[in-house]
Amino acid sequence: MKLSVTLATARRVLSQLRHDHRTLAMLIVVPCLLLALLAWVFDGTSTFDRVGAPLLGIFPFVIMFLVTSVATLRERTSGTLERLLTLPIGKLDLLMGYALAFGLVAVVQAGAATALAVTLLGLDVAGPVWLLLVVAVLDALLGMALGLLVSAFAATEFQAVQFMPAFVLPQFLLCGLLVPRDRMAGVLRAVSDVLPLSYAVDAMGDLTVQEGVDAATWGDLSVVGLSIVLALGLGAATLRRRTP
Amino acid sequence: MTTGTDVNGPGQAAVAVRDLRVVRGGRTVLDSVTFEVARGSVTGLLGPSGCGKSTLMRSIVGVQVVAGGTVEVLGHPAGAKALRRSVGYVTQAPSVYLDLTVRENLRYFAAVLGAPASDVHRVVEQVGLTGHVDAVTGRLSGGEEARVSLAAALLGSPEVLVLDEPTIGLDPVLRRDLWGLFARLAEAGSTLLVSSHAMDEATRCGRLLLMRDGRILADDTPGGLLERTGAPDVEGAFLALVDRAERSAA
Repeated sequence: MKLSVTLATARRVLSQLRHDHRTLAMLIVVPCLLLALLAWVFDGTSTFDRVGAPLLGIFPFVIMFLVTSVATLRERTSGTLERLLTLPIGKLDLLMGYALAFGLVAVVQAGAATALAVTLLGLDVAGPVWLLLVVAVLDALLGMALGLLVSAFAATEFQAVQFMPAFVLPQFLLCGLLVPRDRMAGVLRAVSDVLPLSYAVDAMGDLTVQEGVDAATWGDLSVVGLSIVLALGLGAATLRRRTP
Repeated sequence: MTTGTDVNGPGQAAVAVRDLRVVRGGRTVLDSVTFEVARGSVTGLLGPSGCGKSTLMRSIVGVQVVAGGTVEVLGHPAGAKALRRSVGYVTQAPSVYLDLTVRENLRYFAAVLGAPASDVHRVVEQVGLTGHVDAVTGRLSGGEEARVSLAAALLGSPEVLVLDEPTIGLDPVLRRDLWGLFARLAEAGSTLLVSSHAMDEATRCGRLLLMRDGRILADDTPGGLLERTGAPDVEGAFLALVDRAERSAA
C-alpha cells in the first residue's frame, strides 16, 4: 500500500463529487429531511426517541450503499478500473481511497443529521452524542463497504440499484427496529444475528437509553468495524487485474 | 503464419508473443498468434472489426486471461508488476473520468504512476489539448475525450505504448498530428503498437501486422507487403492475402 496513491484516489473521488453539486447536496440534505419528516410523523409520541437514533445510522447506511455501488460500477464499466489495475496501484490503495473519501462525506452527512436531530428535532439521547456520530459514520462506512462488494456482482446500473432492496431491506427488516430482535422467530433471530446492521442498531439503541457506554455497546461497534474490514477485504478480492 | 525477418533478434524484442491462444465466452478469439515487436518502432495492428485486435492488445497489457502460449513484454511476462510503470495502454473506449476536468484526470493518473506534476503539462501539449485542460472531460467531443485517454497513457513516458484505435473518429489533420507524435516517440526510444481498422493508416507504420479471424495474416513492412502481394495498397494486399489463404485451404 502507498499512502500517496490512497490519498490521490480519495482526492479524485471527492473531486468527482464536487463536480456533481446535486449529488453532494442530496448526500447532506436527504438524511436531514428524512429525520425531520420522521420527527414530524411521530410528533407527540415517544417513538421518535426510540427509532430516531437507529435511523440516524440507517439513512447514511442506505445512501452510502447506493452511491458506492453505482460509483464502483461506473468505474468498472467505463474502463477506468481496468486502466487503473494496469498501473502501479494496489487494490487496497484504491479501496481505501474510496473509503477515505466516502468516510469524509459520511462524517459531514452524519454530523449534519446528528446535529439536527439532537437540537431542532429534540432527540433525547442518554449516551454521549459524539459516540452517536461515530456509530452513524461507521454505519455509513458499512454501507459503503457492502456497496463496493456487491457492485462486483452487478453487470448493469439496473442490477446495481436493485441490490439495494435485495441487500439492504432484509437487514432493515431484521435489524430489530420494527420488532425487537429477542421477540423474533428463532430462524429470523439467527439470520439477524449474522447481519451487521443489527449490531449497528443495537449500539444506537443502547446509546439512546444508557448514560454510560458498556461492554455490549463496544462489542456491537467492534462487530460493525470488523464487518467493514471484511467487506472491504472481500471487495478487494473481487477486483481482478486479469479478466476473461 | 508468420513471415518477415526479425531485425533486432529475439533478445531485443519489446514484445514477444508465442502461440498465443485466447478463448472468450467459449469462442476461440486468438489462435496460435506468434510475433515480435522491435524496440523503438511503430507497429500497426490492422484488421477488420472483430478480428481479435483488442483481445491481442489486452493480452499484451496483461489484463486478458489467456488459454495458452506466452506473452513477454520487455523480458517480463505480460502483466508483471515490474511492467506497471513501463507499459501505457489506451483502450478503444476512452477510459478516463468523464466527470473530472482534463487536468484532474491527468493529475490523478500521474499521482498513481508517481510521475512528476509537470508531466501533465507535457502530455496535454503532446495531444494538442492545451486549451482544454480545465474543461470537464465529459463535455468534450469524442475525439477530444480519446485524446485525454491517450494523454493519460503518455504520463510517465512508458517504454511500451499499446494503443487501441487511438485515431478513430479524428479529423485528418489530427490523425496526421498523432501519427507524427507516435513517430517522434518511437524515435525517442518508445515502442508503439497501434491498432486500426483503417487500412490507409498502414503507411504510417514501420511494420505491419495484418489480422483476420484471430490469426496473424502477415507480419511485414508496408513496402515488403506490397512487393510480396503486388497490390497497389495495403487494403489490396490484405485482400490478396485472404484470397491466397482461402485458395490454399480449398
